[in-house]
Parts: sequence; C-alpha cells; structure tokens
Amino acid sequence: MSASAVFVLDVKGKVLICRNYRGDIDMSVIDKFMPLLMEKEEEGVVTPIIQHGDNTFFYIKYNNLYLVSLTKKNANVAMVFTFLHKIVQVFCEYFKELEEESIRDNFVIIYELLDELMDFGFPQTTDSKILQEYITQEGHKLEVAPRPPMAVTNAVSWRSEGVSANGNVLRSEIVGAVKMRVYLSGMPELRLGLNDKVLFESTGRGKSKSVELEDVKFHQCVRLSRFENDRTISFIPPDGEFELMSYRLNTHVKPLIWVESVIERHAHSRVEYMIKAKSQFKRRSTANNVEIVIPVPMDADSPKFKTTSGSCKYAPDQNAVVWTIKSFPGGKEYLMRAHFGLPSVASEESEGRPPIHVRFEIPYFTVSGIQVRYLKIIEKSGYQALPWVRYITQNGDYQLRTQ
Amino acid sequence: MKSAKMTDSKYFTTTKKGEIFELKAELNSDKKERKKEAVKKVIASMTVGKDVSALFPDVVNCMQTDNLELKKLVYLYLMNYAKSQPDMAIMAVNTFVKDCDDSNPLIRALAVRTMGCIRVDKITEYLCEPLRKCLKDEDPYVRKTAAVSVAKLHDINAQLVEDQGFLDLLKDLLSDSNPMVVANAVAAISEILETSQTAHQALEMNSQTINKLLTALNECTEWGQVFILDAIANYTPKDDREAQSICERVAPRFAHANAAVVLSAVKVVMKLIEMMDQSSEFTTNMIKKLAPPLVTLLSTEPEIQYVALRNINLIVQKRPDILKQEMKVFFVKYNDPIYVKLEKLDIMIRLTNQSNIAQVLAELKEYATEVDVDFVRKSVRAIGRCAIKVEAAAERCVSTLLDLIQTKVNYVVQEAIVVIKDIFRKYPNKYESIIATLCENLDTLDEPEARASMIWIIGEYAERIDNADELLESFLDGFQDENTQVQLQLLTAIVKLFLKRPTDTQELVQQVLSLATQDSDNPDLRDRGYIYWRLLSTDPAAAKEVVLAEKPLISEETDLIEPTLLDELICHISSLASVYHKPPTAFVEGRSIVMRKALPPRSTSAGSPQGLTAVAEQPAAAPQTQHTVIPGADSLIGDLLDMDLGPPMHQQQFQQTPAAPPAQSSGAIDLLGEGLDSLLGSGAPLPGDQAGSGLGLAGLGDIFGVPQTTFYVPPQEVWLPAAKAKGLEISGTFTRRNGVIQMEMTLHNKAMQPMTGFAVQFNKNSFGLIPSNQVELKVPLLPSQTANVTINLNTNGPVLRMDPLTNLQVAIKNNIDVFYFAILVPMHVMFVEDGEMDKRVFLATWKDIPTQNEVQSEIKDVQHNADTVSQKLRNNNIFTIAKRNVEGQDMLYQSVKLVNGIWVLMELKIQPGNPNFTLSLKSRAVDVYPGIQQTYDIILHQG
Repeated sequence: MSASAVFVLDVKGKVLICRNYRGDIDMSVIDKFMPLLMEKEEEGVVTPIIQHGDNTFFYIKYNNLYLVSLTKKNANVAMVFTFLHKIVQVFCEYFKELEEESIRDNFVIIYELLDELMDFGFPQTTDSKILQEYITQEGHKLEVAPRPPMAVTNAVSWRSEGVSANGNVLRSEIVGAVKMRVYLSGMPELRLGLNDKVLFESTGRGKSKSVELEDVKFHQCVRLSRFENDRTISFIPPDGEFELMSYRLNTHVKPLIWVESVIERHAHSRVEYMIKAKSQFKRRSTANNVEIVIPVPMDADSPKFKTTSGSCKYAPDQNAVVWTIKSFPGGKEYLMRAHFGLPSVASEESEGRPPIHVRFEIPYFTVSGIQVRYLKIIEKSGYQALPWVRYITQNGDYQLRTQ
Repeated sequence: MKSAKMTDSKYFTTTKKGEIFELKAELNSDKKERKKEAVKKVIASMTVGKDVSALFPDVVNCMQTDNLELKKLVYLYLMNYAKSQPDMAIMAVNTFVKDCDDSNPLIRALAVRTMGCIRVDKITEYLCEPLRKCLKDEDPYVRKTAAVSVAKLHDINAQLVEDQGFLDLLKDLLSDSNPMVVANAVAAISEILETSQTAHQALEMNSQTINKLLTALNECTEWGQVFILDAIANYTPKDDREAQSICERVAPRFAHANAAVVLSAVKVVMKLIEMMDQSSEFTTNMIKKLAPPLVTLLSTEPEIQYVALRNINLIVQKRPDILKQEMKVFFVKYNDPIYVKLEKLDIMIRLTNQSNIAQVLAELKEYATEVDVDFVRKSVRAIGRCAIKVEAAAERCVSTLLDLIQTKVNYVVQEAIVVIKDIFRKYPNKYESIIATLCENLDTLDEPEARASMIWIIGEYAERIDNADELLESFLDGFQDENTQVQLQLLTAIVKLFLKRPTDTQELVQQVLSLATQDSDNPDLRDRGYIYWRLLSTDPAAAKEVVLAEKPLISEETDLIEPTLLDELICHISSLASVYHKPPTAFVEGRSIVMRKALPPRSTSAGSPQGLTAVAEQPAAAPQTQHTVIPGADSLIGDLLDMDLGPPMHQQQFQQTPAAPPAQSSGAIDLLGEGLDSLLGSGAPLPGDQAGSGLGLAGLGDIFGVPQTTFYVPPQEVWLPAAKAKGLEISGTFTRRNGVIQMEMTLHNKAMQPMTGFAVQFNKNSFGLIPSNQVELKVPLLPSQTANVTINLNTNGPVLRMDPLTNLQVAIKNNIDVFYFAILVPMHVMFVEDGEMDKRVFLATWKDIPTQNEVQSEIKDVQHNADTVSQKLRNNNIFTIAKRNVEGQDMLYQSVKLVNGIWVLMELKIQPGNPNFTLSLKSRAVDVYPGIQQTYDIILHQG
C-alpha cells in the first residue's frame, strides 16, 4: 500500500539512518538514488518521483537532508508524501531543528519514532503530542532560541500573488488559518462560532455581516460530519499549539500594499529602479515590518539608495535589495530609488525576471472580515476558562512581476 | 538526566581495532547500564553500515530485560540480522512468546510488531499462537498492531495464515470498538486481497461492512481514514441508492487538512458518481463539491501539488466541467518547481476555451520569455495547441508566435516553427502570409523537428514562395548528414515543388530522388524515393493526387488518455498509477493478482432519459418497438405475393462482373517515354538501372502495378439449388462499391427450356435493403448457360428486425415460377464510408455508452501486425481512429457506422507474440455485435 522503507540521507546521498518496513526490497538500492537524481537534474526532468527498474523512489528535501521512501507497489503517493512531510514535522517538534547533526545526536530515539510512525508501510501515530506521551526519552535538542509563547491565537494571513507589470491583479485569494494554543485540563469539548455565511443563511441571519468560505480544511480533531450537517465546528482539542482550521476565500480584495516599479536598464553601464509602495487599507491600521524585496541582476555593483521612508539594504546573497519599513500606516505612499552599476562585459548566462516580493503584517485586522463570534468550552468539572482572540493579517505568497 | 552536551553521536566514535571483541565483553557485562551502552554502540555501528552480525548471540542475550529502551534496541537489531542468522533467530522465539504475555501493553505490541518483521520461515509457525492472542488483546494498541502483523505473516506464508483462520479473526476486527483497530484491519485486508485470490471469499466486503467502515471513518486518525477510503473505493455498491449514501458520507472528508484523505475521498466520489443518473441534482451537487478541495491541494507542498496535478489532469479529462471555472489557479508561479510548472501548463491547455483564451495567451506569452528552456519550449508549444483548440483565437495565437519569433531566441524560434506547421495544417489558406517571416529564420534552425517543419511548410506552399527551389536546394548539400525525418520531409517537399512547378525544378527532383534511392542506407527513405519516382514516371496525374492529396484534419486535443485506461486510472486516483498515467500492471511486478479496475456501470434503477432516447432513435436496435418474431410462412408468402413482379421500372441493367480496372500498361509505357524522359532529361541513366539492384521498372511495375480490390468479397455460394427452383441455380455474394451495396448473382440455367422475365424482391429486413434496379437479361438464358447479374441495393426500404439480424428473405421470379430463399448478408457491406468518427466524439461516445454494453471477444490466431490489421479493416470501412501503445501492446480504436446510422466503437488489443487479439465492442445497439465480431473474424483471417 505504501512505503517499503524510509531513508534519511545527507546531501551527498549517504544514508544517515533508515528503516526497512516490509523486507521486500534490497536496501542497497538506495545507493542508486543520488546518481539517478543527478542524472534527472542534468536532463532537466526532475520530479519528486523517480522510477528505477521496479523500484520507485519518493523524496522530499529538508534543510540539508533528503527523506526518501522506496516502494515496489502501486503505492498511495499522496499518502507517502504527506507522511514524509509529517516525519519532518515530528522530528522538528522532537529536536527543534532537523538536520544532519540532530539525526546523529538522536539516532536511538529516531529508531524508536520510526517504529511508531509506520508499521509495514502503513502510517500509524504521527501526532508528536501523542508520541511524546510514550516515547519519553529526552531528545537531544539543538540549542535554539525559545519562541515566545502565544495565547489562543487567531492568525489570518492575506495573500495575493502575480500582480503583472501593467498593474492588473492576475490572481488573488485569501488564505487564512485559525491557530489555537490550548491549556485546558480534562477532556474539554470546544465549539467555535464564526461569521460563516452558509451558517448565517441557514439560521436566518442572512443579513448580518458574514464571510463566504470557499474551502475549509480542518485539523483532525474537528468532527467533519457535524460541520457538513449544520456547520458547527466542534472538537476536543489537543493540548498546546495547533492549527485548528484553514480556509480559502475567493473574494477579490485590493492589494493591501500596492507596489509599482519602473526599471531602467542601460546595458553595460547601469540599472535604475524607482519603486512606489502604497498602503491601501484604513488609516487607523498600521502594517508592521514591511519588507519589499526587489531582485537585481547578479552582476550589479556599487548600490546607491534614496528613500522617503524606511531603510534599504543590498543583499548580494539573494541578488536583491531589501527595503524595510518598520511601520507603514494606512493610506500612505512611499518612494524608493536605487541605482546600480553594471559591468561593461555582460555575463553569458541569461537571468530570469524574478518577481518583487512583499512581506508585512497588520495586527488587529482581518482582510477577510472573518470573526470569531464565540468559543464555548464545555467540560464536566465546569471550570472557568477565558478565551482570548487576536487577529492578524500577513502577506501570503505576494509576487509582482517585473518587466 | 544526561547533560545537553551528551548526545548519541558519541556512540559513533569507536573505530579502533578489536572493537567487536570489546563490544562482546561489554554486552555480557553484569552491569545493566554498561550493557545498554554496548547495545547502543552496536546499533550505531549498524547504522553506519558496519557488519555487526557476529554479535548476534550476545545481543539476543540482552533481550530479556525489563528496560523498554534496551528491549527496543535489541528488537531492532533482530529485525536487521535475523534473516542472515536464521538458526540463531530461533533463540528469540521464547522471548517473543513471553513478551506477548507481558503486563505492559507497549511491550506486548512491540513483540507482536517485531515478530512479523522477522522474515524467517522457520519461526513463523511459532508466532501464530501469540498473534492469535494479541488479536483478542484487551488493549486496542495491541490489537491494532496485531492486525497489521496478520498482513506481515501473510506476506511470508499466506497458506499458513489462511489455514489458521486468521482471515476470520481479521474480519472480526472490522467490528472492533476502536476505530484505529478497524483502520489497521482494513489496511491489512486490502493488502492481503492484493496478493491472494483465495482470501477474496473470506474477506469480501458487503454493504454492512462498508457501513461499519463509514462509521469508523469519522473517528479514526487521518491515515486510518485513508485506509478506509481506499478500501471503500474498491467496493462496488449494489445500486445507485447505496452509491449515493456512500458519497454523502464520504464528502465531508473533502474538508480534511490531510491531502491524502482528500484525494482518496475524491477517488471514491469520482468512482461512485459514475453509477448515478448524470442529470440528477445530486450528481450536479457532488460535482460542484469536488472543485474547491482540488483547488486547495494547489496550496500544499510542491511534491503533493505534483501528485494532485497529475490526478487533476485525469479528472479534467474524465469530467471537464469540474474545473472549467478555475483556470487561474493553474497559472504558474515564479517559484514553482519545474515539475509543477510543466504540469500546470498541461492542465491550462486542457481547460482553455473561447472564454478564457485571452488570459491564457497573455500568460503563455509571459512564460515564453522566461529562462528555463524546457518550460519555455512547452509554453510555446502550448500557444500552438491553443490555436488549434480554439479557432476564434487562432489569429491571436499566430501573432503571438510571430512576436516570439522576433525575439530571435533560437529555441523559441524553432519551437514556434514546429507549432506553426500544425496551425497551417489545421487552418489551410489562412495564415500563409507569415511564411516570409518564417523563411528569414531558415539558417538558424538546427533541430531536426524544426528543420523538418520548415521544409514541410516550404513544400506545402511552394507555389507561393518564389525562391522555394533555392531554399530547398540549400538543404540538399548536406542531405546525407541530415536526420531521417528531415531527409524524408525534404524528399516530399521537393516532389511537391516539382508537381507544382514542373518547368524549372526537374534537376532538383532528379537530384533528390537519386540521393534518396542510391546514396541512402535507410530503407524508409529509399522506399519513399522509389515510390515517388515510379509515380512520377508512370502517372503524374496520380502522383499529384497522391502527393498533394488533401490531408486529414489534425486533432485538436493531444495526449488524451484512451477511455478505458482513463477509467482504470480514475479508480487509482492518488496512487502511483495515477501519477505515471499507466496501469499498475505496467510497473508492479508479478506477485500481485492482475485485477484491472474499472468504473462501475451506471445503475439501472435510475431511469436514464438519455438512454431511452438513444434507443428510440435507432429502430433497428429497439426490439421492444418492433415485432421480433419472423413472420410465419403464410405471411411471408403474402408479403411476397403483394410484391410487384410486373415489368421492372428501371432500365434493365445487365452487368458482367466488372473485370479488373482498365489495364494501365500501355499508358505506363507512354509515360515512361514522355514523363520520365522529360523528368530525367535525355541521356540520364535510370537510377534503378544504375543501382543494378534488379529493381528495374518491371520490378517496380509488379510492386506498384494494378491495384487490387481490397474490399473483402466473400466467395459466391449456392443460394438456391437447381432442384428447388425448377432448374434455376442461383449462387451469389455481396459486395460494396463506391458506397453502394451490390448483390452479385450467377444465374445458371440447368433446366431444358430458356428462362426469361427475371425479377427479384426482398422481404422487409433489418437494414431496409431494397433492390434499386432489376435483373433483366437482354437475351433469354438458354439451357446450360450462365449469366452474371449485379443488383444495386438501397437501404431505404421497409425495416423489420430479423433474427439473425442480417437475415434477408429473397423472392425471385422467372417465366417458370416464383422461388423463395433466405440468405445472410455479410455485415460489413453495411459499413458506410463516412464511418470514421472524430477522435473527440469517439472519446465522448465511449464514455457515454454504459459499461454494461461493452462486450469482449477473442479473435484467435491472427497472423498480421497492427498496421496490416488496420489497413485491412480500413479497406472494409472499419476505421482506425487512434493507435496507442500501452505497455508494449497495441491498442487500436476503431469505429464503424452502419447504413442505418448505428455507430459501433471498437477497441482491438494486440499483444506482441500473441496471435489472439482481444476485441471490445461498445454500441448502444448491442444486437449488431455478433455480426461485427464475425466480420472481424473473417477479415482478419484473409490473406
């Protein structure tokens, strides 16, 4: 049905750790993986699935590691890939960071985890919170700065992408998520109320302000059939932080931060950029940590910048200029000019025209208009719990094509 | 507590000599902690690939411990080395048995899980009892682990598992109170069913078990849901009502965060809506529900997106409506990996239509200026596909392509020229004005396909390109170094040019013919050269007809998956097969049972209005509206007596069976004198002679001489013996010429008196056959003389369904009496010339005809290859619409149209080395099947 074996390889293709789940393959086949991958890369036909005789490799790359699964059967590919990504997630939650070193440092517990995660090629328990209850050995965590704790959080991200050079929005959609951080004892039953249009219409509140969710995805704790029946989001949450749901809206919205660019290329001498950024949201909101990443040619040199607000930094490793504006109130417009020298001999390689990326977040604001109307907590012992909701809008995959 | 700095990596550091010896000592140490450290070192060595199998007995000795961590490590070691040390593995059995009785469920589960991974035949039977116990364990964690172990054991020794009654125990677990246990039992069952035929009876799913599974679906883990959904996808409900209720309960899974759950749910629904009334509200709603989850899959990790896109590619071919509004989500993003980009492009083209073409074109143009060569090429090609698909946008596509040619980027130009050739073919006489621009780029073309395309364009439009001869000549210099496709194209192009402008291109054509026939080792090229040469020398008019013939239209959709394979792949959504677009048998080897999956037939309990109208349109195939019994003898005579046997209304036509077409030999000689001499110029030796191959003109004449009648005419047989007709013997056969069915008869007068006044009439018959002219002999048929008579038949006569369908009752009259006889008309004379169905229509029709109408039969012992077969069938108006090679076997898709408008679709499967072909028929009128099968049988066994 799915994986015969799972391997973790280093960047050169050497096996760091592996687990043979079905005993139906020759484990040494993995030595063919890296040469095959390189061959495919050379031919320009890379896919995440590589066939080799009657074996098929599935792989994902994470940091400097390859996670490879091997099968001889007509495996459920979607399941294998979601499983490989899940392994990464579990390892990350166990060791904070997943890389070559953390594999070596924790090989005993990794063997234990591999034993619990999958049996005979069937994924089993992959929820690290549950795993941590009985795979109790203390993992050797890489020392990573602790993250600030969050209370029950509702994060909404906003996304628009592919704004074309002549100023049309090619495609935009809103992708949001409700994230929770739960510290409750016992077996609490939770119910979350949103201003969901379908729910409002079915209960005769069609006129109230509501949002139409195009597609919703729920954490596995949510009772899906209940939602299908009467749109009630009811669940028994896992403890700690998790993503309760994600949703997608097709509502067309004005890009919150609108960027226009004029690029003048004078071959062999210089290139000049004129970037205009405009905030198209209400004045009382403010976008924080706005970063506009403008790609520049690889061989550009001697940068010069001028801005009306914020600061500019040339990031040669990314071949880009990063224009940072710490605080960008609604209804404002800022300008930036950049000037680069170009070498008189043009490089042989042609470069693509990467898009401009924009990153930002706007607290206390949801572009979708989604609201948490209530969060009910029902627990037998009847304790009092205080839910707290925070809204935030973030950029999604926001790209602007350049000429 | 260890300090944070003390990591496992220290176990990897021992590399000194005598390591094994040292480890051995440590493993046998009395101190628990030291033992554990030693085992860790052993595992570390194993991890880096060192052989530590020599320590087997020492490690197994550590197995009996109450330290869970240590036990796990020892078990891990066992799994790795048991196979290489089968004799010693038996030492572990006792501990396994004991651990399966441990008070800690974790240890019980660990033991039962590891046992199954020890693939040593010898110890398998010892594991049965502990496994049986664990299947009934009080702890669900143990039961769910034991369920999987049944599948493991089955993989090692299927017979043992089935004999020991484990299948029933496994089936019992489907009713377990814990959903995780149910899910693993389902997974194990699916696994066993894949490999064991005998297990099918024991594990067959019925509606009750499916019901249990659907209940468990709501409560189990995401992976369990996948197992359950995949199992449900293998079940075929008994009717559409059950299918509908399964769909209703599966659809909420579309909202699951796990992409695998979503895709498996999509698979179930895609399969089950096949069974339902397609026009019902339920079906429409279900189809609407499919789109959002499919779109959301494009926000997942790129690898999963790739899987989703490959599946969406299948889904939009099966049901184009689902995503027709969602074009934009398939727009390519700058940071998409190349494999995602290419798949998105493919789907964009499939979804292109008149309403979104402008957007699509703008996108494609953008993509065509990117830097990734493969992606750019595919984008340019996509523009060409758009032009061919959406006629209204063809002009815009062409101008976009011209813009791209102006960029002078070499591979863009070449790719553009290849697609422009197709556009020219699709829309002749429309865009030729751009030829001049194309010709400017002649020198830069270095890829064979682009060169061949350009040469084709020059040849095809030679009359509009003033310097076509110069252009083509420029290619001739390096003729020998060109790729074969370029050579072939150049040969054809120059011949075309010669036929269009014979006056000034003789030298050129002579040159290319000589290059092709004498200087080439390539048989294809030589053959084509000889054919042209012979054609030109014998009959320039025929040459024109052949070389400049109107070309068949090119199909607007490319890369469509053939319908039966598509249906099969729909049943494999989210599996490897759906990504490869190949059936599992093409890449999974041997052991599993070959069970091809097919979509379920539309349920009969749903009144399908389409089905009814289809039947009503075809009276011949609708027994319920017609009398099905053959009229009794009385009524038959009555009918025949009614018939007008008076003087025939038509001018008497007496035809000798046509002789072979007028011999061409004299003409050929003439042309040889004139045509060839003028072609080759005086004094030029004949290429054939020069080659001294013996393939002179005479030889060629044999090869290309008088065309044979290729339509199959069965030999004449006696229809009416003389004894039954007062001395008149009639033998005959049927044929079809120029679209007319002809009855050919030989009348033999075996009586003592001359016969006159012949007339013929038919009773009502299935295909409405009716004579359109009469038998009239200018002179009386004298005793012992014979006369050949041909009667043209129309098909607009009265219709009555006969049994067998091709039964024809004939009455023939002469001056002596009226005689009756019945004959069977060979079915293939009813096949009309315009029976070549459009590819798209074929696909749609194939899908539309319910699966229960599909009938398979075998044609035994055919000695021809696919090409000969399709030629033979084509000669008899059975048209091959597409040919596909699937896992080495040829699949021919064919269509036939009968005189009464009934279409029959065929799939002919030819496996290499197997003389038995498989024929699948699909038609709304199943009554015609025997006739069609018979026809194939006869035609394929001719010559």
